[in-house]
Amino acid sequence: MRAVNIPISDDVIRSLTVGEPVALSGVMVTGRDTAHKWMVETFIKNTRQPQGDDLEVYQALKPLLAGGVIYHCGPVVAGLETQEYRFVAAGPTTSSREEPYQGDVMRHFNVKGVIGKGGMGKKTLAACQEAPGVYLHAIGGAASLIAQTVKRVLCVYKLDFGVPEAMWVIEVEDFPVVVTMDAHGSSQHAAIEEQSRAVLDELLAKA
Amino acid sequence: MQDLTEPILELIRLAATDLPPDVEAALRRSLEQEEPGSAARGAMETILKNVKLSRANSTPICQDTGTPIFYVRYPEGWSTRKLRLQIEAAVVEATQKSYLRPNSVDSLSGKNSGNNLGGDYFPSVHFEEVEGDALTVDVMLKGGGCENVGAQYSLPYGRVGDSPLQAGRDLAGVRKVVLDAVHKAQGQGCAPGILGVAIGGDRGSSYLASKEVLFRPLEDTNPNPELAALEERLTGEANQLGIGPMGFGGATTVVGTKITSLNRLPASFFVSVSYMCWAYRRRRMTWADGAASYQ
Repeated sequence: MRAVNIPISDDVIRSLTVGEPVALSGVMVTGRDTAHKWMVETFIKNTRQPQGDDLEVYQALKPLLAGGVIYHCGPVVAGLETQEYRFVAAGPTTSSREEPYQGDVMRHFNVKGVIGKGGMGKKTLAACQEAPGVYLHAIGGAASLIAQTVKRVLCVYKLDFGVPEAMWVIEVEDFPVVVTMDAHGSSQHAAIEEQSRAVLDELLAKA
Repeated sequence: MQDLTEPILELIRLAATDLPPDVEAALRRSLEQEEPGSAARGAMETILKNVKLSRANSTPICQDTGTPIFYVRYPEGWSTRKLRLQIEAAVVEATQKSYLRPNSVDSLSGKNSGNNLGGDYFPSVHFEEVEGDALTVDVMLKGGGCENVGAQYSLPYGRVGDSPLQAGRDLAGVRKVVLDAVHKAQGQGCAPGILGVAIGGDRGSSYLASKEVLFRPLEDTNPNPELAALEERLTGEANQLGIGPMGFGGATTVVGTKITSLNRLPASFFVSVSYMCWAYRRRRMTWADGAASYQ
């Protein structure tokens, strides 16, 4: 398994191709449905006025996301009362829900890697080619195992979104993923979708 | 009335952290069918390692602990109002102990209640009075990823154009729409999955039954020979699709299919598909003679 450190350079990103297993180390940020909607509406499309600590969080996120990685994950976190946070279970969530937002977020913040499960669509694949960036597939449901690669929770933003939707800044070591969408326009998900559709049509034609 | 809060807390812990043996056995068979060195095989190895680790450390198998769904079958004399309060207390404590993720979100404000309670439907609790002396509580934790790829079809159903998906009101039609649902799900429901299928009912009862049928043991055989044959055929054909673990491509997309049927209205013919992820978390507690046992 190839070791890759975060932040990730464009050269390393371009060298990653579909099917390659990767062990990620460094600092990444979790973000899912509420976070993506918030980022796009407040800072990219500007359809919503910044409120509360929005601008402060934005400034803090920018250096973390530049060359960085977003992880689609709503973790189980211990230590909520003492704020000595620890990830107990932290597998990926389904990424396709972020499809309307992901490309814009990648371009705006210069995000290089998106981790999730189930893959993403054409808009994100186009952003991966432009950025350049990659989509990295973690194993859905492997939550206890993945949580063990989270060495420290550095801080959390937007905890008012709720524990699963908050943006957790975490330091990981050898976080296991597989490249399933690369910067060269290749998508494992599109390929499997197409192959399985051909089989489906054959099966449907049978009685 | 006895207080079952603590035994129910243990039931939740077991469900969230300790995958049932029939499911683990099916996942092992699935691993053996995947090519050595393939991404699919790697995914199955990771899944089984995670199952072991979660059991050893009492940590959630998957961080998405779903809507906790309870089915309580109680002998005469128990108070369902008190049982519901005890279930709720156990859910709150399980959340504090990190067996459950706080998952209950107000759909209008977006606010997470933080303790897995919220309204009459969260957690989801069903009661039925039964004969005999034993009380049983079944719990299922079904995450949002697989819940989102569930589907309901109203037959006759057809894709437009010259698509081969033309499903009529018979088992042949049922087969076609279930295959369509598996294809649409791709890897997003955390394949290899288990299919719960309900034929008939109204929209509500049909979806509910498609989940209830998932309480059946994985290795049982449907007592209705026609449905037993369809279950076997659907599992085989779903695997021919080649979607594979996590949608990486591979031999195992589905490890089992469970079908039930409900009476329907003359005008309606619904087919509901509940897709259960590989992290098929369901457990039963039996309370008899003042002591709990778990399956």
